[in-house]
Amino acid sequence: MNIWLIMALGGLITFGTRFSLIYLFGKFHIPEIMRKALHYVPPAVLSAIVFPELFLREGALSFSLENHRLLAGLIAIVAAWVSRNTFATILAGMIALFLLQFFGA
Amino acid sequence: MTSLKNKYFWAGIRAEFPLLIGVFPFGMIYGALAIEAGLSAVEAQMMSPIVFAGSAQFITTQLIKNTAPGFVIVLTIAVVNLRHMLYSASLAPYLASLPTRWKALLSYLLTDEAYAPSIIHYEINKLQPESHWFMLGAGLALWAIWMFSTATGILLGAAIPDSWSLDFALPLTFIAMVVPALKTRPAIAAALTAGGTALATYALPYKLGLLIAALAGIIVGTLLENKTVGARLSGDS
Repeated sequence: MNIWLIMALGGLITFGTRFSLIYLFGKFHIPEIMRKALHYVPPAVLSAIVFPELFLREGALSFSLENHRLLAGLIAIVAAWVSRNTFATILAGMIALFLLQFFGA
Repeated sequence: MTSLKNKYFWAGIRAEFPLLIGVFPFGMIYGALAIEAGLSAVEAQMMSPIVFAGSAQFITTQLIKNTAPGFVIVLTIAVVNLRHMLYSASLAPYLASLPTRWKALLSYLLTDEAYAPSIIHYEINKLQPESHWFMLGAGLALWAIWMFSTATGILLGAAIPDSWSLDFALPLTFIAMVVPALKTRPAIAAALTAGGTALATYALPYKLGLLIAALAGIIVGTLLENKTVGARLSGDS
């Protein structure tokens, strides 16, 4: 298959997936339980993205203190909890990671 | 009204900013890998606006390098992007009153990194007049940086050293967005279930682990909410 055709089909499918439920919403009755469920999409999806970023090192799970990203991530979680501020959270996590990489084994 | 649109548009760009720091190295790596996989500079660059999905573009590049058949590549893109259906469902109630052309434009821009700040904005501030300009600002900022970082990667290769760890800005921004949103026990349970499931399923290909983990978290959160409400109604909480 031609590369341009692959890209065009890939783009159409990507757009179609993103557009699907935004377009269909309101055209069908949505049960109350589904509406409730939608509010759990953000915490569920974001955690499902974040956990592997913290715990996976070179393709394997790492729960040790030598996992700098895990430690820096935990510091960022505390910073987020206390400050409720995006900039402060990122700064805390980045500085923690730099220091751990610089001084850590 | 114009100032309101402006306000939301710039607020969206501002909210997107920390994610851009993390996305930039990814765009460069994509551009460099695409050239390495044998795509021409024009093909590599044009995949960014045509497909506009980071993980799908990485996998496509890999499959082209492995000379996989076209229909396999297209199917893979479909599977990798399945999670976007969750984003589509979750944003749908907030975009319901917009004209179709707006829905189409915002759908085109609906990446992980545009979804996160937009849905958090909607959940905190609820639906306001003109607040879809927030998502437009966030989405366009990401779009522009994705195109620019792709071009940089094509021209210079992946020139940002790994040791700078700029990519870590992405999970950190998601942490900054999700932690303050964890106000109820069902929400915390949803987050922990999804995170734990993501670790248990990390070996699955094509982002399927992410999809399963998200679904598990959503189900646990919803069940717990129903249980709590049920207990309250029957008076034994």
